Amino acid sequence: MPETPPVELLRSLELTAREIRKEVIRMTFAAQSGHPGGSLSVTDLVTALVFHELKIDPARVDWPERDRLVLSKGHASPALYAALALRGFLPRAELASFRKLGSRLQGHVDRTKLPVIEASTGCLGQGIGMAVGMALDARLRSASYRTYAILGDGECQAGPTWEALMAGGHYRLSNLVAILDRNGLETDGTTESIMGIEPIADKFRAFRYHTLEIDGHDFPQILAALEEARRTTDAPTAIVARTVKGKGVSFMEGKHQYHGKPPNAAEAERALAELSREPEGRA
Amino acid sequence: MSAVLGKSESLRDAYGKTLLELGGKDPNLIVLDADLSGSTRTVLFGQKYPERFFNVGVMEPTMMSIAAGLALQGRTVYASTFAVFAAGQAYNFVRQSICYNRANVKIVATHGGLLVGPDGGTHQIVEDIGLMRGLPGMTVIVPADAPSTRAATLEVAAREGPAYVRLTRENLPTVTDGSFRIGTAAELRSGSDLTIVAVGALVARGLEVAEELSKVGVSVRVLDFASVKPCDAPALLRAARDTGAILVLEEHSVLTGVGALVAATTSENYPVPVRRVGVPDVFGESGEAWALLDRYGMSRESIRDEAWELLRLRGKVQ
Repeated sequence: MPETPPVELLRSLELTAREIRKEVIRMTFAAQSGHPGGSLSVTDLVTALVFHELKIDPARVDWPERDRLVLSKGHASPALYAALALRGFLPRAELASFRKLGSRLQGHVDRTKLPVIEASTGCLGQGIGMAVGMALDARLRSASYRTYAILGDGECQAGPTWEALMAGGHYRLSNLVAILDRNGLETDGTTESIMGIEPIADKFRAFRYHTLEIDGHDFPQILAALEEARRTTDAPTAIVARTVKGKGVSFMEGKHQYHGKPPNAAEAERALAELSREPEGRA
Repeated sequence: MSAVLGKSESLRDAYGKTLLELGGKDPNLIVLDADLSGSTRTVLFGQKYPERFFNVGVMEPTMMSIAAGLALQGRTVYASTFAVFAAGQAYNFVRQSICYNRANVKIVATHGGLLVGPDGGTHQIVEDIGLMRGLPGMTVIVPADAPSTRAATLEVAAREGPAYVRLTRENLPTVTDGSFRIGTAAELRSGSDLTIVAVGALVARGLEVAEELSKVGVSVRVLDFASVKPCDAPALLRAARDTGAILVLEEHSVLTGVGALVAATTSENYPVPVRRVGVPDVFGESGEAWALLDRYGMSRESIRDEAWELLRLRGKVQ
């Protein structure tokens, strides 16, 4: 078993995640568009990756040995932009330009505009395929970098997602980690009422992934899963992270209506007030 | 066969052999295929460089994403399958993973058009040129013979960015000297009464009709328009100015193919009558490959008739 992460680390990740959630609210409110629900659900996973797991350096965006992060659910861009800004990859003030004309912060992440983005995504079922290509490249070069892909659960209804996962399993890409933001909701309702994907962990196992199931809002579990992935050398790892859509904002939690709907002024104010309150942290 | 044509050769073999050549020179080159490596001839590369060859099976959309992922790490990637899968099945993956990402992927699609033959209309894509040339940043090449295929395979390697090269299943007579360059139309025959602009398999038929018309005193220019995008607009406008009429030949839907491109380019800059010989707004069917071209309006007779129609329009014949 991995060691328990230091209390200070957990506390720091939790505080960072809260700041990222606030930025998600501010960005989608300012843009009056975007995807708050799935950004809030994936925030803790993104925080753990960008602030702890990934070997990345704001001073060297094109460092060849950097770890690759592909946001296959490209609509969760606000969470990633906010995390990258807080980590020093872009000015925090730039977050206000999200979805505006001329911005580097496109509605869905765009590498040609913002070079720290590894792959432009948005249309679902493609980021994981690009991640497989990146992981293959690392193997061919005997490079040390690892590739992480964050998938949405609605995306798991797309056939090509499974093509790509099949390829990762076939090539035994142990340098590849597929992380599923399993918030249970998509645009029109619950995944299970629309087109059920369960038993999802069994599906990953059947596709030859070392599969872990965790609470995607519990940092010790997230860090332990990422560490276990690093220690897995004979297969790619899949992390099924059970999450809550809209996490951290009471009136958004578990509501598919906030998949692609921004908060209005009153909602934004209330959300920011909630996120500013001192949480009953486990720290 | 007419005296104007050289011996028939396989474009696919030319592609496969050229990949081998490139693979020897560039250790950074990777080749992907989707369970058709024998037909596309990428198998030749796969046998020589197995560590740089990935046959991903029947997953054409994801082949394009994997290709993009590799290319974004600095690789030059060739991805091959039949045109109906490359441009059709995988369209949005070519669009986002490759073109939107500006990934250095060269899609070499074999079995374009009706000349697929007996497999029938499901596999005879006549929309791919239109789909691919509409993608921002995409280079589109339709070689007419084996030497041009070799040149195109090398040229797209040397040009950073996405490319789509459409090859034909059937062997085609050699009509060029292999000096194909991206962005340049090759004048295969000079002429002053009419210009035939042709791509792929129909370049040879265009030359044959031009030869036939020369015997009755009609002078026909023939342009091999293999570089569909970027297109050689100056060559088109010279043709419009010098000959006053253009006949376009393509084994592709006339709605979205090279004919549409030529008509738009000339009408905006130097309007002259343009007629299009190609596939009308229908799907193909099973049949012997060359008989299909005749059946769907691309026979030598149809081409000749359209040529006469243009000459009449221009008042050059009664």
